Amino acid sequence: MSFIDKFTISHLDALKEAGNIGAGHAATSLSHLLDRKINMHVPSVKLASFDEMMDIAGDSDRKVVAVFSRIHGEAPGNMFFVLPPEQASRYIKIMTGNNDFQLDKPPLDEIGLSALHELGNILSGSYISSLADFTNLDLYITVPALTIDMFGAVMSHGLLEISQVSDYGIVIETTVAEASATGQITGHFFLLPDPESYHRIFLALGVESDE
Amino acid sequence: MNDAPHIIKVGIAGMETVQAPDIIRTSGLGSCVGVVVFDKSRKMGGMCHVMLPDSSMAKSGSPNKGKYADSAIDELIKMLLQAGLKKYTLKAKLAGGAQMFQFTSADDKMRIGPRNIKAVKDRLSLHGIPVLGEDVGGNSGRTIEFDPDTAMLTIRSVNKGVADI
Repeated sequence: MSFIDKFTISHLDALKEAGNIGAGHAATSLSHLLDRKINMHVPSVKLASFDEMMDIAGDSDRKVVAVFSRIHGEAPGNMFFVLPPEQASRYIKIMTGNNDFQLDKPPLDEIGLSALHELGNILSGSYISSLADFTNLDLYITVPALTIDMFGAVMSHGLLEISQVSDYGIVIETTVAEASATGQITGHFFLLPDPESYHRIFLALGVESDE
Repeated sequence: MNDAPHIIKVGIAGMETVQAPDIIRTSGLGSCVGVVVFDKSRKMGGMCHVMLPDSSMAKSGSPNKGKYADSAIDELIKMLLQAGLKKYTLKAKLAGGAQMFQFTSADDKMRIGPRNIKAVKDRLSLHGIPVLGEDVGGNSGRTIEFDPDTAMLTIRSVNKGVADI
């Protein structure tokens, strides 16, 4: 049986719940950080080909701001927080009070970039620590890395582990949006556990796994 | 029927062939490497988008050939020969192999870009196919487009604009 065929609806539901917990806490952190109301959308778990994953947040060559965290511990994996550059610029303005900040206009202000990095740290940290609490697994992240580049180029970095066992991947996606704004999606969280982590996550959540 | 030129899209781990006036494109190359192998006089070529250096890395059976540098290049050359091209006329250009995120740890995975580049070049040289141009490494994502009519490879990146090789 191939890697992907082992998954049942209850497995996917368990992953959805994991995404819900992680992103829920991250959304609360974001809300505190910006002093704005942040809504979280119901998470989705997608079983998708790599091609489909490259377009999951729009075209694969669309420019995005991405914060990448490598998850270490009992269930290693990759996590991204991805947001449109306009939205990132907006957050930076709110955080730093520098209303001239534009991600599109280099050279970029050091303080602004540092604030963005910190935003990534806080959100990724709260996502992972709540996931660790929920699953009772030992999970931690090293300092996240920030890049502003094409979505596909960023996303493919998260597919390296899974690509060695499968032509399909599983991505747990949660989107957050500012409540006051026009309902626009402000950010995406993508969680991509390593292939060997699924078994441990399912075990931790009490879902049967035949591996 | 539509005679206007088409843009043939190559997905991640995919490969396709192209004949002028059509052009061929692959988007969002990060640590992946995009390779074009072509015959300029016949205005024909093919492109692949490789993710990993070596098909021996496959941990499951029947690997997708387009995913690995060695098997993708073998397969691409096979497709071009079947289309009637001669191996000694083939040339190559490549782009990609970036390191998208900077880390302090010397994790082997972070070097996947350079390893992909080396694996592609090694395989091309094994087949005796010269590399006429390359835009590799660095830390920017790339979208590439190849026009078999001119044998030009156009490279677009978010931070550095457009370049032709």
